[in-house]
Amino acid sequence: MSWIINFLKSSIGKKLVMSLTGLFLVTFLVVHLIGNLQLLMPDDGKAFNIYADFMSNNPIIKIISLGLYAGILLHAIQGMLIAFENRKAKGKKYAVTSFENGNWMSKNMALLGTLLFFFLAIHMGDFWVKMRFLDVLNMVSYPELDYEVKNVYERVNLAFENVWIVIVYLIGLLSLALHLIHGFKSAFVTLGLEHKKYSPLINAIGIVYSITIPLAYAAIPLYMFFSHQSHY
Amino acid sequence: MRLTLKIWRQKSTHSEGYFESYKVEASENMSFLEMLDVLNERLISEKKEPIAFEHDCREGICGTCSMAINGRPHGPQTGTTVCQLHMRAYKDGETIVIEPFRAKAFPVIKDLVVDRSSFDRIIQSGGYISVNTGQATDGNSTPIEKGQASEAFDSATCIGCGACVAACPNGSAMLFTSAKINHLEKMPQGKVEHTRRVVNMINQMDKEGFGKCSNVGACHVECPKEIPLSNIAAMNRYYFSAVFTKE
Ligand code: HEM
Ligand code: SF4
Ligand code: FES
Repeated sequence: MSWIINFLKSSIGKKLVMSLTGLFLVTFLVVHLIGNLQLLMPDDGKAFNIYADFMSNNPIIKIISLGLYAGILLHAIQGMLIAFENRKAKGKKYAVTSFENGNWMSKNMALLGTLLFFFLAIHMGDFWVKMRFLDVLNMVSYPELDYEVKNVYERVNLAFENVWIVIVYLIGLLSLALHLIHGFKSAFVTLGLEHKKYSPLINAIGIVYSITIPLAYAAIPLYMFFSHQSHY
Repeated sequence: MRLTLKIWRQKSTHSEGYFESYKVEASENMSFLEMLDVLNERLISEKKEPIAFEHDCREGICGTCSMAINGRPHGPQTGTTVCQLHMRAYKDGETIVIEPFRAKAFPVIKDLVVDRSSFDRIIQSGGYISVNTGQATDGNSTPIEKGQASEAFDSATCIGCGACVAACPNGSAMLFTSAKINHLEKMPQGKVEHTRRVVNMINQMDKEGFGKCSNVGACHVECPKEIPLSNIAAMNRYYFSAVFTKE
């Protein structure tokens, strides 16, 4: 088994961990978005609340979400360790910096990742902790169900009345877009998947993904915020 | 043309470095190194310590001349070394900042001279072939498909100058190492060490304290031989296959 340890300690092994956990998070974002877009349905949160109840009680989802938390932590910790080692490997910086060498995103993945990490902490604290552990949510019943479910929709709706929370989400999503504009294609190169024939396609999908997914997420707080505004 | 040079001076590896300013008169037809020669002649005649910088072939093939000019290894031109850079690339009255290549694995020896023996140790760990290839005629009798030969040659043109490391914000040597690996991997003569080579060279690269590639691409921009970035992805593939499928 020592070969696995040696591999994971090697530079390319560490990169592989970043790439695989990153791509896992990329897939998760799509699933999470599809679920969350139900918040925008004009049904006062019914579809979303039933979905949220399913997601928090289904044993298979529970196992997958454990994997997700592990994946985020692994990605964040490994990413910070790599950034730290790289800073040491560079040593002294140049007195004059040239902007010709590489785009801003690619050189600031750790900064963007840290912003994302703080955003995730706020996001989880705001919804997930309150949903799971604190009894702050009202219950609601629907004719289709013979039991009551938590009204998560109400909590989300309330949060996005606050302009500061909306701004925090927009900053988080902007960081995500920038992180992915470099990260998406970089993850494939790390896997060794680079070729004249298909790399342009991967890069194009990466750009489209990195812009549309964060925009679609941003639609949720923006829509809720402005629909509150129009009520007054 | 009159120029102001801000040059990094450092007595030895462990002493503190600092910038010193010099005024020079140069002609547009001088190479960058000739301009430094003129400055050094003057410093010597003034009984001052000349600026230590490395150079050898002065025709872009040895990879010795190493310095970062205004933050760019080998200066502003693409696909050239410092010795191939001419003063006509600059305007009269300009200020030029000259620093040594920066990377932990390239410690400064003196002024602009850095120790790149970490590259030698990477080569020693696997950048060779062990089969006997005979005379030139034997080389010609080994058929190699043209496309493959060209790809191997594209990687083989790396002159080991270290600009890739110097340009990389992570101080990574992956462009150099991957070029050396691919050049040998693509040739039938290099197949014998297929597994060992990639594993040993990457181990050595890590041991020397080079950073980890983030696919920034600065190395390729500054490489005087324009070594393609695709070498790095190919090296990763060889490494995965060596680690996961071979003893
Ligand atoms: C939803 C959240 C996230 C997604 C989808 C994501 C995705 C990615 C992807 C695809 C990569 C490219 C991997 C590669 O180059 O091989 C990457 C790189 C990186 N991520 Fe994330 N990431 C997320 C969150 C984070 C967080 C929270 C941090 C840190 C606290 C972080 C830090 C980094 C760093 C430092 C890199 C660069 C690694 C390198 O260049 O070697 N990421 N991320
Ligand atoms: S890859 Fe290019 S920059 Fe790096 S050592 Fe070789 S020739 Fe120099
Ligand atoms: S002196 Fe040989 S490449 Fe410049």
